[in-house]
Amino acid sequence: MRNTLIGLVAILLWSACKSGSDKQKLPIYGNRAPVTKMVNGKQVTDTIYQTIPSFKFVNQYGDSISNKTLNGNIYVVDFFFTTCPSICPIMHRNMLKVYKTFKSTGNFKIISHTIDPKHDSVPVLKKYADKLGITDNSWWFLQGKKEDIYTIAEKNYLVAVKQDSSAAGGYIHAGYFVLIDKQKRIRGSYDGTDPKQVDQLIDDIKVLQSEPDQMIVQ
Amino acid sequence: MSWKLASCLIAVVAILFITACQSDENLEFKRYYSSGALVYQQHCQNCHGAGGEGLSALIPPLSDSIYLRKNLTALPCYIKNGLKGSITIKGKTFEDVMPANDLSPVEIAQVLTYIGNSFDNKLSTIDEQSVQKNLASCH
Ligand code: HEC
Repeated sequence: MRNTLIGLVAILLWSACKSGSDKQKLPIYGNRAPVTKMVNGKQVTDTIYQTIPSFKFVNQYGDSISNKTLNGNIYVVDFFFTTCPSICPIMHRNMLKVYKTFKSTGNFKIISHTIDPKHDSVPVLKKYADKLGITDNSWWFLQGKKEDIYTIAEKNYLVAVKQDSSAAGGYIHAGYFVLIDKQKRIRGSYDGTDPKQVDQLIDDIKVLQSEPDQMIVQ
Repeated sequence: MSWKLASCLIAVVAILFITACQSDENLEFKRYYSSGALVYQQHCQNCHGAGGEGLSALIPPLSDSIYLRKNLTALPCYIKNGLKGSITIKGKTFEDVMPANDLSPVEIAQVLTYIGNSFDNKLSTIDEQSVQKNLASCH
């Protein structure tokens, strides 16, 4: 009995170390370009990754939110509208799980952009957030100029959105949750309507959070 | 044929009869319920959730048996034509909009049988005839 116990503990310890040593790394998505520069008289080639460009939106509290506000944060992005009858309730039911897991870890945000800014004014977004149960600053619901929202969705976060009167609710859009790291690079894209992929997102955020700091300062 | 075998046969036939009678009703319930589960997945689950849990204060849960029982005759209308305005479910207020659902009377009966007997609810079978009758008196 005693021996079995010791054996078990040994196996547990060993597997714990093992999973620690080959900890997975997340891919970096988007275009990349090599740059050559001189460091201490030596030629060094570095890779420049595509990053999220500057933006400016307003959150449910009426505060202005820019790319700078998110500096130093890992964040998850999605696109929705408050009157969406189809996938948005599923997405935000799943996003609540992400929110509850990370809301108190710091340096983490969720930003949900409305793709119907005409209807979804700041007060409408505030009411939606309140009813969803979000009263802190870990999950922002963003409003802005329609062109800005659609451009950043398609060009930068790579999520298709489109106004279409034949679709339920008047818009076609993809329910992706896009994971952005502290250097504003895309590190993952998950189907926000699929609980399994959302669990994967939660795991991946933990991986990102444990990335060493020297990788962050670039 | 020995008397043993004969009585055995009689017993078997009797059992068959009894279960057949029972399951006439049971069978109807099962058919409504299992078709209703599919209607639910396709038309309701996105909003009300796989476990009928709803979504925070945005979408009500479907586990308020007292509400369902009290509004039994109006439910077909709510589902067909949608529902808006303030309602109280499990002590909480909801005031968003449920859009109209394009379902046939039998599908409405199936999905109501499903929700009426899931999520800790225990209503009886809600059949097509009663749905049709109730639909005729929607405002
Ligand atoms: C787009 C989201 C949405 C869909 C799809 C939807 N509902 Fe609802 N449902 C709601 C909302 C929101 C309310 C509350 C309306 C109100 O406050 O007046 C509601 C209310 C209800 C109610 C009464 C309140 C309660 O919780 O018991 C029932 C019953 C119901 N829905 C059943 C269904 C069924 C069955 C379907 C599928 C055929 C369905 N709903 C599809 C959003 C939805």
